[in-house]
Amino acid sequence: MIVGALGLVIGFIQAPSTVDEVKEMMAAEAHHGNSHGAEEVEAKAEHGMMTDTAKRGGEHAEAGHDQEHLEHTLHQLQNKPWAATYVAAFFFFMISLGVLAFYAVQYAAQAGWSPVLFRVMEAITAYLVPGGIIVFVILVISTLHLNHLFIWMDPEVVAHDEIIQNKTGFLNVPFFLIRAAVYLGGWFVFRHFLIKNSRRLDENGDLAFYKKNFKLAAGFLVFFIVTESLMSWDWIMSLDPHWFSTLFGWYVFASMFVSGITVIAMVSIYLKSRGYLPFVNDSHIHDLAKFMFGISIFWTYLWFSQFMLIWYSNIPEEVVYFISRIENYPLLFFGMVALNFIFPVLMLMNSDYKRVNWFVILTGIVILCGHYLDVFVMIMPSTVGESWFIGLPEISAILLFGGLFAFVVFNALTKAPLLVKGNPFLKESEHYHY
Amino acid sequence: MASKVVHAIYNDDDLLLQAVKQVREAHYHIGEIYTPFPVHGLDKAMGLAPTRLAITSFLYGLVGLTVAVLMMNFIMIEDWPQDIGGKPSFSFLQNMPAFVPIMFELTVFFAAHLMVITFYMRSKLWPFKQAENPDVRTTDDLFLMEVEASNLNVEDLTDFLYNTGASEIRLIDNK
Repeated sequence: MIVGALGLVIGFIQAPSTVDEVKEMMAAEAHHGNSHGAEEVEAKAEHGMMTDTAKRGGEHAEAGHDQEHLEHTLHQLQNKPWAATYVAAFFFFMISLGVLAFYAVQYAAQAGWSPVLFRVMEAITAYLVPGGIIVFVILVISTLHLNHLFIWMDPEVVAHDEIIQNKTGFLNVPFFLIRAAVYLGGWFVFRHFLIKNSRRLDENGDLAFYKKNFKLAAGFLVFFIVTESLMSWDWIMSLDPHWFSTLFGWYVFASMFVSGITVIAMVSIYLKSRGYLPFVNDSHIHDLAKFMFGISIFWTYLWFSQFMLIWYSNIPEEVVYFISRIENYPLLFFGMVALNFIFPVLMLMNSDYKRVNWFVILTGIVILCGHYLDVFVMIMPSTVGESWFIGLPEISAILLFGGLFAFVVFNALTKAPLLVKGNPFLKESEHYHY
Repeated sequence: MASKVVHAIYNDDDLLLQAVKQVREAHYHIGEIYTPFPVHGLDKAMGLAPTRLAITSFLYGLVGLTVAVLMMNFIMIEDWPQDIGGKPSFSFLQNMPAFVPIMFELTVFFAAHLMVITFYMRSKLWPFKQAENPDVRTTDDLFLMEVEASNLNVEDLTDFLYNTGASEIRLIDNK
């Protein structure tokens, strides 16, 4: 009964927010339908893009107009809504994947502080399935040559490119899709059983389920770190098939981990402010903020390690990645370091600030913007090159997937009581005090 | 000055924490507590002012960063510029990425070492210093609370301390 009441109440708070989201989604979808439909015919695609740019008006439209006959720019602009969709879809998918990894870490480490937050984490991972399927569909569409995000999928390009030819053993369409299916399938299965066991633990408090989850979580983490690394090569690094960095998987991991933890903190604070998480105290928020702070620094460490080695060795095939970013995306490229490193470090360094909820929310918003830009800067230069700007497609894609994300997450929150039962560390977690 | 203190010995850290709260509620004055290991939350229970060590650490880190910047600028740019890996050292800003590891390490080095030294100085610890533990067992498995008893009824205090779960109580009279 309490469960039902709790669920209902949450359903109520969720209702107004979803109406807004539906509006956003409608707007976004209408827009997407427009630009996607236009793309099917190449000649019209240009037109569709022109209306897009014209909507934003001003210089961009003119810039687009001048380059109308430059086929290159045309292709880049055609890629743009796709890339924008892909960036946003991947960004929100990455958040829920990061949260799943964090959730598994809690089980594998038998953490005592976090069980009160488990339901929040579980709800956020609920987006993994729809988000993963959306990303997969985008990848399938790419392999069908409906867009040109991945140039190595184009046989003509490969025919004239010796470097890609040497990589076709790995980078070929069937293997690419099989791999994607394996990663996603594996993550879905692990998530399914982790959460099923957590619910069963609620029902009868049998510690066997806890032990099962411990083993599952440990297995997941092994599977995850391998597949996550491969995923980042496949889905992001191969956009730029000549370039490679062995650190890339870690780098993407750091980004998804910190975004995921930030979202956990923000959702928890939001629910707490509405009075649904009375058992979450300042110390839990403090710990999440510590993670936000620490993983932000970890991200910077990896970002800088990748940058410095490539910058110093200055080998043409490697350094091209940073040259294209620094020359065409200087503001975003350095701006995101400020957002992702300097800002969280200064904001969250003080121990007391980590307990001030609005401080954590504010920093969280900045971190999320920073990591959206991070994904943007990873994907955009190799898909649209110089013809980038954050316009209608980008913002509407963020709204679409952000809305879907919020809807799925808050919907999932209504499905189960917000406090786990039967977890052996629950008492410790409720009394957790730093 | 004559001072009287009562040493109450506890054999569990949770018991000690509980006792600290009770003693403070009863407005007795705790002089010092000796424990074999750091007890989590004891500083807050005793009502000690929050440590300022973190602030000093931050400042030391800034000092370290500054030292690193000045040092690398002098060594690599001003005094002896070298062309390493096709990157001639003519300007600090252009070569900055190569210096970041040094800047980072010196920041950590200064912050950590100076913080430890500050801690030793503030706690009046130095090499060959004699231990001040009133009871050698507090270095092993017992927790000792020193309660001020100069102008108090020792009898009452002793009873009170027994009720908080002290396993052993001694009156120390420094005449």
